[in-house]
Amino acid sequence: MYAFEFTRPKTVAEAVAALAGEDAQALGGGQTLIPTLKQRLASPGMLVSLAGIAAMRGVSVAGGTLTVGGGTTHAAVARGAAAAFPALAALAGRIGDPAVRNRGTIGGSLANNDPSACYPAAVLAAGASVVTDRREIAADDFFRGMFATALEAGEIITAVRFPVPQRAAYAKFVQPASRFALVGVFVAKSAAGVRVAVTGASEGGVFRWTQAEAALAADFRPEAVRGLRAAAAGMIGDLHGSPEYRAHLVGVMTARAVAAA
Amino acid sequence: MPKDSGIGASIKRREDVRFLTGRGRYTDDINLRGQAHVAFLRSNVAHGRLRGVDTAAAAAMPGVVRIFTGEDFAAVGGLPCGWQVTGRDGQVMKEPKHPVLAHGKVRHVGDPIAAVVAETYEQARDAAEAIAVDIESLPAVVDMAAALAPGSALVHDDLGTNLCYDWGFIEDSKAAVAAAIAAAHHVTTLDLVNNRLIPNAMEPRVAVGDYNSASGESTLYTTSQNPHVIRLLMGAFVLGIPEHKLRVVAPDVGGGFGSKIFHYAEEALCTFAARALNRPVKWTAQRSESFVTDAHGRDHVTRIELALDRDGHFLAIRTSTLANMGAYLSTFAPSVPTYLHGTLMAGNYKTPHIYVNVKAVFTNTVPVDAYRGAGRPEATFQLERVIDKAAREMGIDPVEIRRRNFVDAFPYQTPVAVAYDTGNYHATMDKLVTIADLAGFEKRRAASAAKGLLRGLGLNCYIEACGIAPSHLVGQLGARAGLYESATVRVNATGGIVVMTGSHSHGQGHETTFAQVIADMIGIPEAQVEIVHGDTANAPMGMGTYGSRSLAVGGSAMVRAANKIISKARKIAAHLMEAAEGDIELKDGKFRVAGTDKSVDWGAVCLAAYVPHNYPLAELEPGLEETAFYDPANFTFPAGAYACEVEVDPETGRVTIDRFAAADDFGNIVNPMVVDGQVHGGIGQGIGQALLERAVYDANGQLLSGTYMDYAMPRADDLPSYVVDHSCATPCTHNPLGVKGCGEAGAIGSPPAVVNAVIDALHRGGHAHVTHIDMPLSPARVWAAMQG
Ligand SMILES: Cc1cc2nc3c(=O)[nH]c(=O)nc-3n(C[C@H](O)[C@H](O)[C@H](O)COP(=O)(O)OP(=O)(O)OC[C@H]3O[C@@H](n4cnc5c(N)ncnc54)[C@H](O)[C@@H]3O)c2cc1C
Repeated sequence: MYAFEFTRPKTVAEAVAALAGEDAQALGGGQTLIPTLKQRLASPGMLVSLAGIAAMRGVSVAGGTLTVGGGTTHAAVARGAAAAFPALAALAGRIGDPAVRNRGTIGGSLANNDPSACYPAAVLAAGASVVTDRREIAADDFFRGMFATALEAGEIITAVRFPVPQRAAYAKFVQPASRFALVGVFVAKSAAGVRVAVTGASEGGVFRWTQAEAALAADFRPEAVRGLRAAAAGMIGDLHGSPEYRAHLVGVMTARAVAAA
Repeated sequence: MPKDSGIGASIKRREDVRFLTGRGRYTDDINLRGQAHVAFLRSNVAHGRLRGVDTAAAAAMPGVVRIFTGEDFAAVGGLPCGWQVTGRDGQVMKEPKHPVLAHGKVRHVGDPIAAVVAETYEQARDAAEAIAVDIESLPAVVDMAAALAPGSALVHDDLGTNLCYDWGFIEDSKAAVAAAIAAAHHVTTLDLVNNRLIPNAMEPRVAVGDYNSASGESTLYTTSQNPHVIRLLMGAFVLGIPEHKLRVVAPDVGGGFGSKIFHYAEEALCTFAARALNRPVKWTAQRSESFVTDAHGRDHVTRIELALDRDGHFLAIRTSTLANMGAYLSTFAPSVPTYLHGTLMAGNYKTPHIYVNVKAVFTNTVPVDAYRGAGRPEATFQLERVIDKAAREMGIDPVEIRRRNFVDAFPYQTPVAVAYDTGNYHATMDKLVTIADLAGFEKRRAASAAKGLLRGLGLNCYIEACGIAPSHLVGQLGARAGLYESATVRVNATGGIVVMTGSHSHGQGHETTFAQVIADMIGIPEAQVEIVHGDTANAPMGMGTYGSRSLAVGGSAMVRAANKIISKARKIAAHLMEAAEGDIELKDGKFRVAGTDKSVDWGAVCLAAYVPHNYPLAELEPGLEETAFYDPANFTFPAGAYACEVEVDPETGRVTIDRFAAADDFGNIVNPMVVDGQVHGGIGQGIGQALLERAVYDANGQLLSGTYMDYAMPRADDLPSYVVDHSCATPCTHNPLGVKGCGEAGAIGSPPAVVNAVIDALHRGGHAHVTHIDMPLSPARVWAAMQG
């Protein structure tokens, strides 16, 4: 780790001000950022911890919308969303291990947009919106490819608003070493239709499988997607699976998510 | 009735009190006054010519004490290799110099180029980053077959080849084996890879060097399985420090699995730097350094042929293996694919003709050396896989084909040099059939099928050779060390006992089990016995702990020393009771005169030895302390039979282990619970190899699986509950305790059971074209195999 300054503001406004400084970076739960610092792969001059901002923590439900504060830990989501949005709670409850879940935050996960992360699938499938210190961004506009998002420099995710679907489930097939998603599929059915979001698989990061969405809109049963094949082109190929394998798993996990929804 | 003390009692491990309450004393817990810290600058390319190392800017950075480079070590020796293998044509192996810090070339990612000593670790690391290194990249040698092809780049230019040795075992058998194969009714051939593993001990390596300028004595605290061996190798071959001026201490060590046997550059650097700077110098590995500096394991590519007659009797075995040595020869690397592998190719079976060929190859990868099992897992895997394949091809039940070929008369001379003293392979197989409930398999299979899962059953046998010995034989085979063990038993005046053993416990539980043996021999409580190890200033000499040798060899030395103590104490007791020595019996901590009610306590005898007022001073020296060395007459040969049941998800290829049973013959057992623990850990490691672990290099020699994000370690929920049994015991015939060793069995016996089970599941599930899948059987690989 290189030396850095550290501050722990109490409000979003203070955090925004601190992040305007040179080489400042937000620190959520640190579950991605701290290992990066330890490996000396990043050298921020100032870390602005968001952990002291009470307004960014917590899960609340009102009028069919579940709102999660940007600094809410995965463990808190697993508890707080269990009644209103069990599919989201289950997803949060299977991220990493207890230490990761009690530190890592939804804001950190979405800002990082790891192509194998779980939350992006839920946000995209549920048609959620990402609330920041300066605007509200629709999920369809937020994710911009591997590790890339619509966030501007110094922009803080303060909350995520999920319209609660009628039926939903997340099916995660774990990468054996990291236990991130080798392929994870979140399926959400609402009055507006069916959305299917896939994480882990594509070189472009989380994406919507529109072919499956159409099939499921007509017939929301696992059988409806059994014949479909996601294209292997553009899928990730690495130690843990070829593009063909990932494409195959997209179909399998979609059917399983539908069965569980 | 289970015993509650002495040999055979499942008493809790006394060392766990400190381990589980954070009071262990590991090397990293040692911080000496005035200590400086080391950070290594390591090569980030696999192969390159070192054109310049400019340390000027780095040396001027805050806190920097000194920067060492390869030049500083030009005058001292390289890290030595402890075993010389002689090849088929009588040629001794190629043995390149292994410099402490790279000189001339860098040969693997992680090869140390410079060592920065600074006041703090962070300062040392900052300065290491500021060193300007000029490396001319060269093509990396990664694939073993390509390394042997003409025109390949050379890891060591001066050798003129990447071939370390070409070994035939036994060369004189080659023609007979070829003839038997040519004439056989059936030959089964299998090509397989024994996947490269990274040891991943929980405790990373640490070295603290210290120098006392007043006495001229150097001390090295290090994470080692064998401090005496490190003292000898580093003192005599690298730094030129005589043993009486060099002390090596290996305190609590958090796992080794072989990787902490070897002498590493960082140990020599810290010892050297402490003397050069006249202050203590400490290095603690980062986990990412462990991945690219701890010696890796396995990495064999093998073709095995098994010839059978019409009835499935084995006629001949021929194997041909490429064994990766990595960039340099690690301490015992050459012995692993040869004498720890070829000698095991007979397995539990009477195959009359066997020939093993091994070509050891240098590559631009981390050195490869012994890792839990060391050569024996590689032998067992190929043998038990090819037997399974042959059984399937010939339509013979996998239990039956093994039974038809079991060695059933002992001693048995194998065609690969070793002679098994004892065993009962039918009995362990009988036991396995029961504890694994093979009869219930079909019912379980149907239940899995109802869930859409393919269930398979895999089983295998294994034989292990522990306590590699005797010294005169291993000397003929190229070992540059003896393989005995020593112990000193010191009895104090009030009867308490301290045993100083050359064995080293780094998770095995010696402090408990060795104490049980001594307590049992004398008939006193375990609490009166203390086991001390891990310091060259204590035990007279020690070859250390590896190869499941501690109880069989170290325990035997201890028993010998204790017998000397008892024999002297009996003389003292005879004197005290004015009886003939021959009439004295020792039982329950009392010396009695046979046939009378006269007795004297252990404690009273000990006191007499140290307060010799009433004592036969004319015949006996005072005091009660004895040392013994023990050099075994032979290896010990534990053996067993393992069964694994898996469920394969046909949609994803994911393998789940549902049941695992192990029937082992370890001879006599000192502490059944400790033995269970050793077997559990070994099976976990074997399942890790079979399903999860794999060190992967890309074509440029970059380690792709260099963190836990990509290197899959087994976790608790990857493993089933095991059924283990070691009641089929045929005691070893040539050591005093009749013990065989149990440390590696699980890791040796489990990988073939897992793979055999997956192949069985696929066959039963209609994927008959799948005859083999290389480990680890990741979901992706199993799925790809099913696709055809
Ligand atoms: C062992 C392990 C296993 C894991 N397994 C999984 C898994 O299975 N699935 C999964 O999805 N993830 C997994 N993770 C990742 C985990 O979910 C992290 O918590 C998450 O990716 C980052 O969240 P964080 O709060 O820790 O962010 P940090 O590490 O603190 O920050 C990450 C990045 O986000 C920025 N940032 C943080 N908070 C905000 C904010 N509110 N607004 C804007 N920018 C912000 C930081 O500046 C930084 O760039 C795992 C991590 C570990 C260590």
